[in-house]
Amino acid sequence: MAQQTLRQKLEILADAAKYDASCASSGTAKKNSLGGKGVGSTEGMGICHAYAPDGRCISLLKILLTNHCIFDCHYCINRKSSNVVRARFTPQEVVDLTLNFYRRNYIEGLFLSSGIVRSANHTMEQLVEVARILREEHDFRGYIHLKTIPEADAEIIHEAGLYADRVSINVELPTRAGLTRLAPDKDETQIEGAMGRTKARIIEAKDERKRFRHAPRFVPAGQSTQMIVGADGANDAAIIGKASRLYDSFGLRRVYYSAFSPIPDASAVLPLKRPPLLREHRLYQSDWLMRFYGFAAGEVADAAEADGNLPLDIDPKLAWALKFRESFPVDVNRAPKEMLLRVPGLGTKAVARILSVRRHRTLRLDDVALLTASIAKVRPFICALDWRPTLLTDRADLRRLLAPKQEQLELF
Amino acid sequence: MTAQSRSGQNVSIGAHYAVHLPAPDDFAFWRERARGLIQCDVPPDRVSWIEPGGTGDLFAEGPSRSDKRLPMPPADAPPVRASQRFLTIARSAALHTDPARFGLLYRVLWRLQRSPRLMEDKADPEVRRLEDLAKSVRRDAHKMHAFVRFREVAEQDGTPHFVAWFEPDHHIVRAEAAFFMRRFANMRWSILTPRGSVHWDGEVMREGPPARREDAPGGDPVENLWRSYYASIFNPARLKVGAMLSEMPKKYWKNLPEADLIPALIAGAQAREAAMVRAGEREERARPETLADVAQGAAACRDCPIADCGTRAVAGEGPERAALMIVGEQPGDQEDTVGRVFVGPAGQLLDQHLTRAGIDRTGAYVTNAVKHFKFTWKGKHRLHQSPQAKEIDTCRWWLDAERALVKPRLVLALGASAARGILGRTVSVSRARGAPIMLDDGAELWVTVHPSYLLRLAGEAQTEQAALFAADLAMVRERLSELGG
Repeated sequence: MAQQTLRQKLEILADAAKYDASCASSGTAKKNSLGGKGVGSTEGMGICHAYAPDGRCISLLKILLTNHCIFDCHYCINRKSSNVVRARFTPQEVVDLTLNFYRRNYIEGLFLSSGIVRSANHTMEQLVEVARILREEHDFRGYIHLKTIPEADAEIIHEAGLYADRVSINVELPTRAGLTRLAPDKDETQIEGAMGRTKARIIEAKDERKRFRHAPRFVPAGQSTQMIVGADGANDAAIIGKASRLYDSFGLRRVYYSAFSPIPDASAVLPLKRPPLLREHRLYQSDWLMRFYGFAAGEVADAAEADGNLPLDIDPKLAWALKFRESFPVDVNRAPKEMLLRVPGLGTKAVARILSVRRHRTLRLDDVALLTASIAKVRPFICALDWRPTLLTDRADLRRLLAPKQEQLELF
Repeated sequence: MTAQSRSGQNVSIGAHYAVHLPAPDDFAFWRERARGLIQCDVPPDRVSWIEPGGTGDLFAEGPSRSDKRLPMPPADAPPVRASQRFLTIARSAALHTDPARFGLLYRVLWRLQRSPRLMEDKADPEVRRLEDLAKSVRRDAHKMHAFVRFREVAEQDGTPHFVAWFEPDHHIVRAEAAFFMRRFANMRWSILTPRGSVHWDGEVMREGPPARREDAPGGDPVENLWRSYYASIFNPARLKVGAMLSEMPKKYWKNLPEADLIPALIAGAQAREAAMVRAGEREERARPETLADVAQGAAACRDCPIADCGTRAVAGEGPERAALMIVGEQPGDQEDTVGRVFVGPAGQLLDQHLTRAGIDRTGAYVTNAVKHFKFTWKGKHRLHQSPQAKEIDTCRWWLDAERALVKPRLVLALGASAARGILGRTVSVSRARGAPIMLDDGAELWVTVHPSYLLRLAGEAQTEQAALFAADLAMVRERLSELGG
């Protein structure tokens, strides 16, 4: 085959990387290029430099070093038995691409992953080499996210963490059985072992920095992971439970959910039909409920329907409220923050505004309307100075009233 | 509002002041003037704030519209106070293009002197308006950080110079220059906008007059790589145009080198997804309930290209319940002709070995990982071709169905293809042989070579491998009796 050009390789290896949902570039240590030799800054909030028509933001140059792989995971486009075109970057090529894109303000940094070539250790060393050249030779101070390979030695993963802002290991599937069936070369114990070691190192490094100002930083933006939704039989309750355990045991910053999507040259073991993208959205909403709204994993699971899946037509917070109507209405003038956060239609910002305003005045329904996006959604669940929804919360058809209207097709 | 005297100073009641701002984004100047006016108790409706190029003020005295001298604050005037929140919001809101912004800022600052916690009252219309102004300025700044696209030009001295053209909604260019300085401290760059331009040479920031689009370079070779990246990272199976538009509104598209790809990407997305699904399409079918269903179903199956070779599906053979299941790779030339498993040369060799090991073939269920014969023509002969991993995986549907019905306690896989058919992954026969692999349903999998492998060997190698094969079978025999088969 003719030599591939850089552009062809970029097309192949960006295409191969697009199934990784993570793109965040926020939450890392502040740094800038003043007084340095190179370019780059990170100032807390990440920046999305472009948006693709799939609605995902493009913040980082997200590519694989190579899509050759000795593993054979059925859901993956790059598995050994797939017939996709293969390509391979040298570390230097990735470095040049990153810097050229960064200098033109296309990206916040690099998100590098790779298929496994030769051995886990060899592959991990190559990934670390890219990060090392960027940081040491070019004094690059932008964002670097490295995918780590759980099968690689702990020392190499540790080195990766010294260069990267964030590292991630994908748990891939919510159940051990699913992993055994669809990713026969991977092992849950090994994946969680590696996440546990990274967590321990993060805590250690934070502790060292408290005592020594120049102690090296270790993945300041923490670690994250990704789960594929809809490739195995796990229901939403199982996925939420798994996510909650991951947050608790490994201090993860984020769990990403990726709705399984058909890939070219798919394995015959996989379902052909994709799960509705809405399911992924509902899972992200439930994730937010756990992280910002004080819901426990069990409470979110309570909102699920009999089959353990969250309803698709209404969001999980509304589903929970409809199931536990005895907790409502909530008095916006007196209720504690935790209860206000449970009101469907009140976000964290609206709750903060309510708490701030009610020090000055007793809120009427019109005041609440000014502070929220949609008063119609909130109204059945709150009391205000001039408002009590006595009848509403007892209505049997409340769900129908609040669920987004089904669009009726026109006569043709 | 009446001009109540706070300090007791004598302000000429009814006097009207016009303050001309030197630049539309000069917050420091406004702050200075506003402080003085509040100390002199000048109520908001007696002050007009005029930015450069703004309309003249009807109430200002004198035909020349020149600044009437502002009153001097008395020496004992109390200091002007404002909350931290107000300062943060005001700094942003002052950069908005709304001509009424400075008046609004002054009104809120005036009210803050009487109600110091006014900013907490988010339901107050003026506070809300101020927050809205600040929010849209922050959004504009954020979009500037995101959507400025530099193009590289070489200066006369050979050093690269990165130049961008951007069209902000508000007066944010000077304020946001610092962000680009921190990020590209060691780069020479310029950002040109219709509201003014900023230039950084690595040490000093300079400000320039408003620019035109033609002043910026027209292209950059790296943009082609970026466009390729943009088109490749997009997943056609999950089109969400609304989500994209809300974050990247069309007004920004004209200055983004990647944006002209979007219409074609959207138009092609559904076709690309449909093609992917079609390529892997299989009929949805119910799981077979009897071995006869399996035989019938496999015969009609066209899920992989092997089935289109004009051959027949060769069904498995043996009792409906068997302790032992023997799995080969695929039917060969003779099996396809006769329509029965393991009747060719390899089958005969297998029979010999089974007899010698003391395994009764008639008591075992014998089948293949792939049900159809895959071959190429070589002259008059049909030459065997190994099935691809994907074909084995496709045929697993039938093999899984057979396993579920026959419920063997031990599965003997002959060769790597058979092992893949059972496990769904490729194992090395030489490493896997000689020890059982536990399967999900509790059965044991034993892997050994395919008898046709022995047929291809000659001499010493053949003797050696035949002995190993015999040893594997002997182990299987022993294990079977332990399992009670």
